[in-house]
Amino acid sequence: MGTNGLYEEVMLAGFGGQGIILGGKLLAEAAMRAGKEVTYIPSYGAEMRGGTANSMIIIADGPIASPMVSRPTTLITMNKASLNKFGPRIKNGGLLVMNSSLIENKPELDDSIEILSVPADAIALELGNKRVANMVAIGAYVQNRGLFGVNIAEESLEGVLAKRYHKTVPINIEALRRGAEFASK
Amino acid sequence: MKTVFKRTPSLRDRVTHYCPGCGHGIAHRLVAETIDELDIRSKVIGIAPVGCAVLAYDYLDIDMVEVAHGRAPAVATGMKRTNPDKIIFSYQGDGDLAAIGTAEIIHAAHRGEQITVIFINNAVFGMTGGQMAPTTLIGQVTTTTPLGREADNQGWPLQMSELLAVLPGTNYIERCSLHDVGHIRETKKAIKHAFELQVSGAKGLSLVEVLSPCPTAWHMSPAKSLKWIEKEMTKVFPLGRLKG
Amino acid sequence: MSKRILMSGNEALAEAAIVAGLDAYFGYPITPQNEIPAYMSRRMPEEGRVFLQSESELAAINMVYGAAATGKRAMTSSSSPGISLMQEGISYLAGAELPAVVVNVMRGGPGLGNISPSQSDYFQSTRGGGHGDYRTIAMGPASVQELVDCMLLAFDLADLYRMTVLILADGILGQMMEPVVIEKKPGRKLPPKDWALTGIEGRKQNIIRSLYLGEGVMEKLNYKLQEMYKQIEENEVICEEYKVDDAEIVVVAYGTTSRIVRSAVEQARKEGIKAGLIRPVTLWPFPTKQISKAAEDFKIFLTVEMSCGQMMEDVKLAVNGKSPVFFYGRTGGMVPTVDNVFEKIRELSIPAKKKEK
Repeated sequence: MGTNGLYEEVMLAGFGGQGIILGGKLLAEAAMRAGKEVTYIPSYGAEMRGGTANSMIIIADGPIASPMVSRPTTLITMNKASLNKFGPRIKNGGLLVMNSSLIENKPELDDSIEILSVPADAIALELGNKRVANMVAIGAYVQNRGLFGVNIAEESLEGVLAKRYHKTVPINIEALRRGAEFASK
Repeated sequence: MKTVFKRTPSLRDRVTHYCPGCGHGIAHRLVAETIDELDIRSKVIGIAPVGCAVLAYDYLDIDMVEVAHGRAPAVATGMKRTNPDKIIFSYQGDGDLAAIGTAEIIHAAHRGEQITVIFINNAVFGMTGGQMAPTTLIGQVTTTTPLGREADNQGWPLQMSELLAVLPGTNYIERCSLHDVGHIRETKKAIKHAFELQVSGAKGLSLVEVLSPCPTAWHMSPAKSLKWIEKEMTKVFPLGRLKG
Repeated sequence: MSKRILMSGNEALAEAAIVAGLDAYFGYPITPQNEIPAYMSRRMPEEGRVFLQSESELAAINMVYGAAATGKRAMTSSSSPGISLMQEGISYLAGAELPAVVVNVMRGGPGLGNISPSQSDYFQSTRGGGHGDYRTIAMGPASVQELVDCMLLAFDLADLYRMTVLILADGILGQMMEPVVIEKKPGRKLPPKDWALTGIEGRKQNIIRSLYLGEGVMEKLNYKLQEMYKQIEENEVICEEYKVDDAEIVVVAYGTTSRIVRSAVEQARKEGIKAGLIRPVTLWPFPTKQISKAAEDFKIFLTVEMSCGQMMEDVKLAVNGKSPVFFYGRTGGMVPTVDNVFEKIRELSIPAKKKEK
């Protein structure tokens, strides 16, 4: 129950429409395929577009008790409002992945927290579709944490994208790779 | 000796609990005769309402279910959707169908459920002791309209058949009456036709409204009740085929 | 579908019902369970079975009643306000002795409340819910896999006892995704449904009813039901115990809350507090014996719920004065945190520690 081995609590947050729910689902699917235990809770309800959205993902070696993430070991934040809200909750020794295209300044956090600034929107625009910024950030996260290979995330895309979006698999894969490359620099 | 009339097998040889002059006994017989004439007893399921006819299964010797007040068309929907080869009918009064069960009958009709509805209209809540029904006539005295129904206060008699006839999901709507032998024969024909439509697999809901006497709640003799249907009820609820 | 797949609680419930042999689903939209009818609307026609969106929850439960009366496996799902509307039908199902499965993905109340997770329909679920002297089996699973396991069992229990089985989830469990395996397991041995309405052919008339006017007849039916309920209390309790044997503080919780509590119990153990967890999976029948046994040697009991303390009453009845019973909860759609629960455990552990010294 998190006493031994891996116990990663991820909070993925941003505007509705930034692919927060999809991104969380991808992380969960990939973690499952990598043989991990995983729970994933999306925010739900009246916040379909424009409001704030978040995903809570727990990835562990053993069974997961509480599926709620109140103090994440990793925060992946796509906008400033979410950083302000969830940044102070990051556990010491944790990781912040932030979309530096929309967040100008690094926040004041405990020194033990690693900050990975990824210009996710800018990289996505280079690829020709701003909507894959979520995948850039996730690629960077996967590369940084190394819980499973970026290839597993790539393979999981078809499983989490609705069939009508399957034609976007290649650009999503490209975005994951670019994020991973950025993080390995 | 030549037999000119005998009890049909789907009708039990039993004294009913209905009041003298009540129309339910006749309506039950017409339904039972129809079932036997169409030879569908092995696949018919009837639904008894809440109201005087709640014990219809004591008189109709067929598989039957008793359901919550007004919900018969929803129950019929559940039955027919899962058993398209069975013949499903509900037998409902005007309190059941026109008051508490308005949503269920409208939506079953609007979905075009392949069910048959026998709608007994006696312009009053009989079982509970003669309260106003949505079908109660203007001026009619009931235990809850002691001075007679007033349109200003309680609204107008609700004409369910007219309402249902405009829905594309209904295939046959006819209003009949039990006030004399000729009209009883007409009612029989209508009930039979409504069942035949379902047996033939015709799409849609078929409904026969039957104006029926309630001498007890009307505080009339049985003979006067029949006259009252003919003179008063049919003015508000005109007889005839409204659809199909 | 025997491999591990990632599914939301709502969708897993739907697929499990299909695997369990569901013939017909009827339902009316309400958040947070809309994924169930959406899934059913796609999958049931694929299987050649019935999906129908009803005009109301009243209609939905009565459609279930109709299908069940003909011997079919039928279910509906809803959330708290919709389940309130269904209580009429559930009472009739009890009186008519018809099997049905009803899912309640609970949300904050009373009234329209909100769409956030809640467990405040416990009283309604375990006390019958509608009018009359009756019970419904109520299950409160805690993971997506357990939702599936409960659903597979629910249809067998419903058919075996001819009664309604409720599966209680909440907004979190319904939306949460976890890896899950859904496969048909060997079920219970079930009696034939010779009571079902199929049309008279080579047998006497079948009648399904709940009206009994004769003197004492309704009482007789009630006693028959009560006798059956006793059997269920004897045979169908499901309950998990975690580190209860040496515990000084026993927390009782079910569903999502039980997982939060489990994390808090682990944290407490790490800090040297002897905490344990009793997790009822069946809420009715309630694990009265298990809790009563745990209360034999003095322990402190803490009930944690997403309500103002409903299951706590059952815990108190089970403990029957042998140990003190405390409560912690959040309500109206709020979820207790691990820290909240841990703090409560720590606070209660002080007298336990004093006793040791």
